[in-house]
Amino acid sequence: MTQTDSLKRRDFLKTTGVLTGLLVAGSPLALLAPGRAWAVDFKTLTSAEGTTLLAVSRTLFPHDKLEDAAYALVIQSLDADIGKDPAAAKLIRDGVAQLGPNFAAAPESERIAALKAIEQSGFFQTMRVKTLSVLYTSPLAYAYFGYEGEAFSKGGYLVRGFNNLRWLPEVPLADSGPVPG
Amino acid sequence: MAKIDLNDEHAIVIIGSGAGGGTLAHELTRRGIKVVLLEAGARQSAQTFSQNPGEAFGQLTWLEPRTSSGDWGAVRDFPTLPVWIAKSVGGTTTHWTGATPRLQRTELASRTTYGSIPGTSIIDWPIAYDELLNYYKLAERRMCVTRRNGIPGLPASNNFKVMYAGAKKIGYKRVHTAYMAINTLPRDGRGMCIQQGFCAQGCKTEAKWSTLYTEIPRAEATGNLDLRTQARAMRIEHGADRRVTAVIYRASDGKEQRQKAHAVCVAGNAIETPRLLLLSDSAQFPHGLANSSDQVGRNYVHHITGFIWGTFKDPVYFWRGTTLAGLIEDELPHNPKRGFAGGYHFELIALDLPSLPLAGLPYGWGREYTSFLDDYRNMAGLFINGEDLARADNRITLNDKVKDSFGLPVAHVHVDEHENDKAMRKHAQLQGTKLYESIGAKRVVLSGTPPATHNMGTARMSRDPRDGVANAWGQTHDIPNLFISDGSAFSSSGSANPTLTIVALALRQAGFIARGLKAGTI
Repeated sequence: MTQTDSLKRRDFLKTTGVLTGLLVAGSPLALLAPGRAWAVDFKTLTSAEGTTLLAVSRTLFPHDKLEDAAYALVIQSLDADIGKDPAAAKLIRDGVAQLGPNFAAAPESERIAALKAIEQSGFFQTMRVKTLSVLYTSPLAYAYFGYEGEAFSKGGYLVRGFNNLRWLPEVPLADSGPVPG
Repeated sequence: MAKIDLNDEHAIVIIGSGAGGGTLAHELTRRGIKVVLLEAGARQSAQTFSQNPGEAFGQLTWLEPRTSSGDWGAVRDFPTLPVWIAKSVGGTTTHWTGATPRLQRTELASRTTYGSIPGTSIIDWPIAYDELLNYYKLAERRMCVTRRNGIPGLPASNNFKVMYAGAKKIGYKRVHTAYMAINTLPRDGRGMCIQQGFCAQGCKTEAKWSTLYTEIPRAEATGNLDLRTQARAMRIEHGADRRVTAVIYRASDGKEQRQKAHAVCVAGNAIETPRLLLLSDSAQFPHGLANSSDQVGRNYVHHITGFIWGTFKDPVYFWRGTTLAGLIEDELPHNPKRGFAGGYHFELIALDLPSLPLAGLPYGWGREYTSFLDDYRNMAGLFINGEDLARADNRITLNDKVKDSFGLPVAHVHVDEHENDKAMRKHAQLQGTKLYESIGAKRVVLSGTPPATHNMGTARMSRDPRDGVANAWGQTHDIPNLFISDGSAFSSSGSANPTLTIVALALRQAGFIARGLKAGTI
């Protein structure tokens, strides 16, 4: 199942929680996820836990114009991990409980302070590494950052702008080489 | 492909199919010598390489656990992955970026040049530079290295334009698109570079040299090679006469096998080579095979490394194009006035979006971190690659408390930094920052030390048998039919990416082994 599929499919049979949202109309990401509503299902986390965890992820690595959907994919990956690992599930649940039910709604400065206070904890470091490992891998993230991803099928960048920068001088041929073809 | 019998005592067994093992396998088989090549990894190809960075990492990387200790940055920030080597047919030549600079004359004579430096175990190589130079020339022709032998350099990418402008602005003179084993045009049966930016995930046009699609197929074509993939060497056996006799390995079907050998060449990269020797201890070699000097695993050197990222007002799109085709050589020469021994390269670098936060940025979170990353389109990158001085206690040992999936103790990597390392890194970081700021960088971010991809020195060549593990031919001091055939043999790290030197040494060692087999001295 692709990440985009995950955003639209709802599996009611084994769902313990869900995160939903709407993509901002006109957002480049709206072009990637058909329909403007998205949903991510959990197999272990509750919706409330998911909401807190998404807020943790976003507070750790805030990209304001990067939609919640991209962060929801981080939490979905986390949900899959803890489904297989009871110790990890406890770590996450205890961390969520410690932050309290008002974490997600609190102003950013308070969320930052709360996270700073637990920066040495296993919960914090797990969320940090998990977010770093997943947030920047989705098509949503690629579109946001302008990263073009896989290149082979498009013939590389030889004629698609690998050397199209014009705000600096061209490099003399003696220190570089000819562009083939 | 040959099928060599397990009991064939004439077989030469090579462990590892990378730059050293793959090249050596071809050189021996084309001389009519039967070779069993054991490779722990699977066989990929240009078709199976993935340009999804996470998937490629899983496909090509040695993933068995390692433990680590010491104050080295890579240990602190990547405790379970302090080193990054490949496990695949072709070894790390599938993953490498194709950079092929030569070691400098002074780097082969580091002890003589730098003098005795307290807290280090530096020695000179037991090979004369002019002799190595002959083999560099052979290797460069073989690998079709750019800017050598009339082959033009790679064209300048956007990222290189930024590096070049800044370098020239701060007075650097030796700046170019690097000596690269990457085809600008189709050559030697390999495709041409189409500037994809996924060099480190395996080259899908085979423009980048790798033993996977050069040395190994040519070795197979001789009819003398028996390549066994997903075959992990567990132990090397020897006889009462202290000659090695066989290699025990776990075959792809999970069964343990014993392959008899007339000689064994270990080329598992600088972590697994010493590990295998340590795992092969016996009554006659209680501290590990060929380890009467106690130097196996010691003197582990990598390079002094780090990323320097600069963001600008305008886009760079630095992921477009060859990952590393750019070099500054001005800081290479040994110049003690800078406050440290040895020198360093600046190399062009880019990281894909998923890998940058994981491996390329320093620890951080919050808006200071993300505001930098938001400028990904406008980012340029440099990599520091400098000489790491050998220390006796920077070493690979066995961790008896942690076992791998085969029940063997994993490799433990211990590194404590020397003052020389810190001084060199600081100088390089200042210079790199100046470079980007001189052309208007909005912001410059320095990384810590990423997982080491250049690993050397752990079974080093030495003139004096007490200082190392092998002689000037990579033949172990203790055992005449046991050879070190990878970067473990380096007597110093120098400042050059190691692959070209590994290939040069393999070409040279092949001649020695072939002559020895013919004369009956090996």
